[in-house]
Amino acid sequence: MSTVTTPTPAESGGLAPDPAVVARKGSGAKKLPIIFGVISALLAIVLLRSGHTGDTTFQLSAETDFVTLPDIVVPSMLTAWLMVLVCVALTAESVRRMLAHTPQPIWIPIAFALAWMTGFLSWAAADERIRVVSLFAGAVALAIPLIFGALGGVLGERAGVVNIAIDGQLLFGAFAAAIAASTTGSPWAGLVAAAVAGALVALVLGLFAITYLVDQVIVGVVLNVLVIGLTNFLFRQVLTPNAQTLNAPEGFNRLPIPILGEIPLVGPIFFRQTALVYVLYAVVALVAFGLYRTRWGLRVRAVGEHPKAADTVGIKVNLTRYRTILLAGAIAGMGGAYYTLVSVNQFNRELTSGAGYIALAAVIFGKWDPIRATLAALLFGFATNLGGVLSAIGSPVPTQFMLMLPYLVTIFAVAGLVGRSRPPAAVGIPYQQQ
Amino acid sequence: MSDTDKPQPDDKPDAATEAPRTPEVDATEDASAAADPDARSRSLLREIASGDALAGVLAVFLAVFVGSVMIAATNEGVRETATYITARPSDFFNALWEAISGAYSAMFRGAIFNYNLTEPAQQWRPLTETLKFAGPLIAGGLGVGIAFRAGMFNIGGRGQMLMAGGAAGWVGFELDLPTIIHLPLAILVGMVVGALWGGIAGLLKARTGAHEVIVTIMLNYVAYYLLFYALSRQFLLQAPGSANPKSLPMKETAILPKVLGDQFNLHLGFVLALVAVAFAWWLLSRSTLGYRIRAVGENPHAARASGINVGKTYTIVMLIAGSLLGLAGVNQVLGTVTSGVSLDLDASIGFDAITVALLGRSRPFGILAAGLLFGALKAGGFTMQTSENISVDLVLVVQSLIVLFLAAPPLVRAIFRLPAQEAK
Repeated sequence: MSTVTTPTPAESGGLAPDPAVVARKGSGAKKLPIIFGVISALLAIVLLRSGHTGDTTFQLSAETDFVTLPDIVVPSMLTAWLMVLVCVALTAESVRRMLAHTPQPIWIPIAFALAWMTGFLSWAAADERIRVVSLFAGAVALAIPLIFGALGGVLGERAGVVNIAIDGQLLFGAFAAAIAASTTGSPWAGLVAAAVAGALVALVLGLFAITYLVDQVIVGVVLNVLVIGLTNFLFRQVLTPNAQTLNAPEGFNRLPIPILGEIPLVGPIFFRQTALVYVLYAVVALVAFGLYRTRWGLRVRAVGEHPKAADTVGIKVNLTRYRTILLAGAIAGMGGAYYTLVSVNQFNRELTSGAGYIALAAVIFGKWDPIRATLAALLFGFATNLGGVLSAIGSPVPTQFMLMLPYLVTIFAVAGLVGRSRPPAAVGIPYQQQ
Repeated sequence: MSDTDKPQPDDKPDAATEAPRTPEVDATEDASAAADPDARSRSLLREIASGDALAGVLAVFLAVFVGSVMIAATNEGVRETATYITARPSDFFNALWEAISGAYSAMFRGAIFNYNLTEPAQQWRPLTETLKFAGPLIAGGLGVGIAFRAGMFNIGGRGQMLMAGGAAGWVGFELDLPTIIHLPLAILVGMVVGALWGGIAGLLKARTGAHEVIVTIMLNYVAYYLLFYALSRQFLLQAPGSANPKSLPMKETAILPKVLGDQFNLHLGFVLALVAVAFAWWLLSRSTLGYRIRAVGENPHAARASGINVGKTYTIVMLIAGSLLGLAGVNQVLGTVTSGVSLDLDASIGFDAITVALLGRSRPFGILAAGLLFGALKAGGFTMQTSENISVDLVLVVQSLIVLFLAAPPLVRAIFRLPAQEAK
């Protein structure tokens, strides 16, 4: 019996649905039309209950655009109702496909989301101006640390190590980046320090979870607390008295990409960012490519799905896990650097305010896939930013419910209400060679 | 009945008193066997002898050592004298001694006994502060620990506390009732709401297999934003005429009374936590439900094969866990901070409760001891911060290190070069 107090049975370890209580539900395809129907009806109810007159302006261009797109002014209620109709049509199409047993293509949910959001915004922002570019650019900005964290989470979990410590890695990365960039005066040094710090947290995670077989969730949670305590302590004792020398990091400057940055709509959102964000694009591509198209990725996934089989064919399971979580920690750590080198530009107590847990939500909502997790993180960033934008224009929608959204959809996702999230088979289970 | 009362001679250590031995035996009968006092004391002896206890002591020692290093490394005097350590080492060691002994004596003054004061009541006041801090930690620790015993990890303490605190707070400031009804009602409402919030995770696990770790983490944030919403709407919790997310203060009739007179802050919450310990002990060691909980925790498949409804057990366990964390939330709102419900009412107890449960090894009396220890660290930490200017966050570091080291006895053995323990 393990000396740790959790009698979690090994066979249901990790974050997999517990096989002891499994009550399998139907496939996700049947749920899609239901979900569509429900949220279309929600919008319709909102419109009926609190309709108001006025126009909504969608501003498509940033002020500095080379090619300016014209503003679009639409009557609020009419547009909103029109979009409800589009949603209903898409729901009908989805129902038809369900009845005909044909697969639901990806464009249906995307089109549905766009239509719903347009309708919702034109209702919520009646007589106001929606700056589309800043709405999306803000979403991307909020999503960047989440994406770094989610990629770290995906990598670790694909190798079979639950990474609850994403938040700790972000926070320690932010802390290290602030100090390194302040002392050297170079943001790149800060970025490297952040990666090292994230990897360090991952190393401790590995030491306990892989070598000493401690329950991975427990180690993760305790590590988060440890990093919070450590950084708070050092912030108060060391950083605050020496704020000028240790906590005034040289941040990354905005670095627009010449041609891409001029594309209307897309340019200002994605290509007028800092170097750190371009690093992120590369990391997303590399992780996605590496995980599915290289021998390394195959090994990582093998170790996470069936470590025994991997061991049998000569893959060193625990070494692979160590390497992967170190890399994952480094990636998550770089996400922390975004706070101290780009968005906040100095370290503060509990700077990440639990972003690591949203990143974890993105990992699960993204079904342990790097691209989907990235999209999930973007979605969560969008929900957060939309909450801020709506409250700024005095919309009747309570911000708190927008902020709640990432967590709610994750609960729905793990409960199998919105598709089923299936984690890697061996995630959370330490491997011991027989 | 009679033959199940006796412990079997070939019991395996530790697991024996905890694990259901023979699933086919009727649950009600076997529950009494698990609590045989003889078997208990013998297993305790074995546990000490096996060296686990030693590893525990060393884990605490190691964590305190790391804490001391952190104190020393960030102390001005120590760093100054370190620059000329080869010339005058005595200066360095004096500074080192002063920094570390100063920190720990401040902690002692803040947590147990303040020898700088003369009046006995004031001297012992820190101890009552320790008990005050320990109350919610114990209640919360029990909530996490009972879930552990069923093989579930309840990270949702924060959310359960927030929901319970919000609900109990509403009863506390909104209703006009005599104390005899008002206070119990507020406590009850808080615990019920906490239970329901925890129960969501149990129910989802039972019905869909959704992992409780994910669900409880997410529910923490959902609860936070729900409370935030309620605290920014005057028809819900926000104080009238206020723009801050804070409610009205509690009415006198809903406040947990001080148990040692008005000069001490210690309130009834600590007593309630002790009652909860007794209840948890009875539940786990004496009741049929406790037997089921432990059976599910040891092996859900075997439990199901022996006729236990695993899903139902998960749900009930999370209801109980939620109600205990709810008690911790109630304790905060109606006892420790009665000036009104706020978003930080949980005071990170929801997460501290996890470390308390781990340190207490999910046993009710272990959690009591761990809660007292962490309560003392908390009370002492504040004194350390004010009198020695050492951040109270050091306590967080020491706490988490204790738990980490405790979780990996082989690591502690390796550090102290103890002989490796034989596999059990």
